[in-house]
Amino acid sequence: MKIRITISLLVVVVVSILLLEACKKTDVLVYKPTYLTFIVPIGWPQPTKNIFENNPLTEEGFQLGKKLFYDGKLSKDGNFPCASCHQQFAAFATFDHDFSHGFNNSFTTRNAPATFNLAWMPLLHLDGGINHLEVQPLAPITAPNEMAETLENVLTKLKNDSAYPALFRKAFGSSEINSQKMLKAIAQFMGSMVSSNSKYDKVQRGETTFTTAEQNGYTFFKAKCDACHKEPLFTDNSFRNNGLAINTFINDFGRLKITNQRSDSLKFKVPTLRNVELTFPYMHDGRLYALRDVLDHYSSNLITTQPTLDPLLVNRIAMSNIDKNNLISFLRTLNDTTFTKNVRFSQP
Amino acid sequence: MRKLGIILLFCIVIVVFFQCNTKNDTPSPLQGTVKINFKNVVKGSPLTLNTASYTNQNNQTYTISKLKYYISNVFVNNIDKSSGNNEGYYLIDQADALSQSFSFNAKVEQYSHLNFTIGVDSLRNVSGAQTGALDPLNDMFWTWSTGYIMAKLEGNSPASTQVNNKLQYHIGGFSGVNSAVKKISITLPISAQLLNVRANRTSEIFIEADIDKWFSNNIDIVTEAAIMTPGPLSNKIATNYMGMFTVTQVVNN
Ligand code: HEC
Ligand code: HEC
Repeated sequence: MKIRITISLLVVVVVSILLLEACKKTDVLVYKPTYLTFIVPIGWPQPTKNIFENNPLTEEGFQLGKKLFYDGKLSKDGNFPCASCHQQFAAFATFDHDFSHGFNNSFTTRNAPATFNLAWMPLLHLDGGINHLEVQPLAPITAPNEMAETLENVLTKLKNDSAYPALFRKAFGSSEINSQKMLKAIAQFMGSMVSSNSKYDKVQRGETTFTTAEQNGYTFFKAKCDACHKEPLFTDNSFRNNGLAINTFINDFGRLKITNQRSDSLKFKVPTLRNVELTFPYMHDGRLYALRDVLDHYSSNLITTQPTLDPLLVNRIAMSNIDKNNLISFLRTLNDTTFTKNVRFSQP
Repeated sequence: MRKLGIILLFCIVIVVFFQCNTKNDTPSPLQGTVKINFKNVVKGSPLTLNTASYTNQNNQTYTISKLKYYISNVFVNNIDKSSGNNEGYYLIDQADALSQSFSFNAKVEQYSHLNFTIGVDSLRNVSGAQTGALDPLNDMFWTWSTGYIMAKLEGNSPASTQVNNKLQYHIGGFSGVNSAVKKISITLPISAQLLNVRANRTSEIFIEADIDKWFSNNIDIVTEAAIMTPGPLSNKIATNYMGMFTVTQVVNN
């Protein structure tokens, strides 16, 4: 009897120790992500806030975010992943569409913007309604005319998927899937998109030179456009009225919707002009199809009677045909094919 | 013999459980626990979702199908000391009894006031994806204009001119003059007693929230049945419900 008890006690001790080792392991040993450093291109300002402050950038988090970005599971019927509206060859805008297609034959009510250099953008969406990159996906996922899905359903689909639990564990240390981790992973992918390798950038770095037309366009741009489309990001991230007539189909008053301030009526975020040739059509409702149309807007079509029109534009911007040609040549130097073809951001 | 086996197995489980649970939850000797219990009522009777019909001061009847509000930055204080928990966020949900009470540690002391914020402070509204009570899954988060819905009341009223006579108050906004982040301080009533926090003991505060107070100051359901954005009307309701809390009892154990 005594021997039996001693043996049993021994068994207890051994088993306990083994189990203890096991619980240590799952907590500590397995999670070894590859940390990445976010690189600010030479000559660029530091982002005003660090979007990765509470979301350390890792290779595993980035890859998980990329998979989510390209996965139809995030939408109700499987057909509308983020990438259905944000297409890499169009610098992640929707190619050749004023409005993008969403669930059940519906359309978005704004032109999908290009998405890159978001780490420098304090407020997202054309009206600045979103104050942090991490929470941005909640808008398209739940909008009935976009992905039309509930957060619950998305999480259930991911939990029941054969691949995701392991990928969440690699990225965040445990295979538990929740909204916070999903959103942080997408933010790692989106926030990593940087476009900084256009001809313009190469000229700035002294690696090549502008043609005469491009140089003249650049000189004109610095004089007349740069106040709003500020280098090197080609936006100052402010909200302004650039004199477009109200579109009576959508009645979009821009920033007014968020702030309820009359002074914000018809103001939209100044868009970046990087990759602008690829992101047509232009403006918040995609009403202008070609760069030439945009320049005609600034030189002749701009409405000067709206009370919130930006003071810089009250006299329109006088341009000759030659100025316009030069400007278009310059704007083309903002194309960055190393970004639009970078496989790091491509469909996995 | 079999009994011995079972006992041993039990021992293993206990040992492993305590060892794996390395977090030490017991408060340090000079701390005790304060438990706050919320009870939603309408003019004294317990709130019943969906079936009970209530009448506001404008003689308009209404029913309530959903009622949730955030409580945060909770602390107790007396003239010269305060102690509490400014990291905890609690979502009081009428449909979930467990959500209606919570506890935090406080230093051993006698306290005369209970303080909390109704809502979620501005910092959390601009800090990206959150979890726990602040998880957007809780349906208390605006997706089109980032920010928490601090308090939500949904129901019906024959006086409402909205679709299906709906009543929908989504109260939020974390900045500017119409901010719905509301701080209140309640003096523990003389009829009750001071909150006496003692080492390793739990003292409890019982609070009643009179939901009819949302309609104070002449809220008119005919014209004011739907609030879905921050603004003056949302601020008016938030100011109204600041007055809905009454401490009914303090129990010192
Ligand atoms: C149905 C088309 C559609 C889908 C699907 C879609 N978006 Fe968008 N996206 C848009 C439109 C339109 C806007 C502009 C929204 C606004 O300003 O109100 C936008 C804006 C954005 C912005 C802000 C860019 C800026 O300059 O402010 C980001 C970031 C973004 N989307 C990421 C995503 C992610 C991540 C997903 C998937 C979770 C996604 N989108 C799914 C159409 C879409
Ligand atoms: C007062 C500020 C301001 C000035 C100056 C200005 N813009 Fe803009 N620009 C804007 C705003 C705001 C928008 C977005 C309007 C909208 O979305 O409806 C815009 C949009 C554009 C677009 C469309 C981009 C897209 O992706 O939709 C182009 C191209 C453009 N501007 C080029 C120029 C050029 C070239 C100049 C100089 C000739 C110029 N802008 C001067 C404020 C300005």
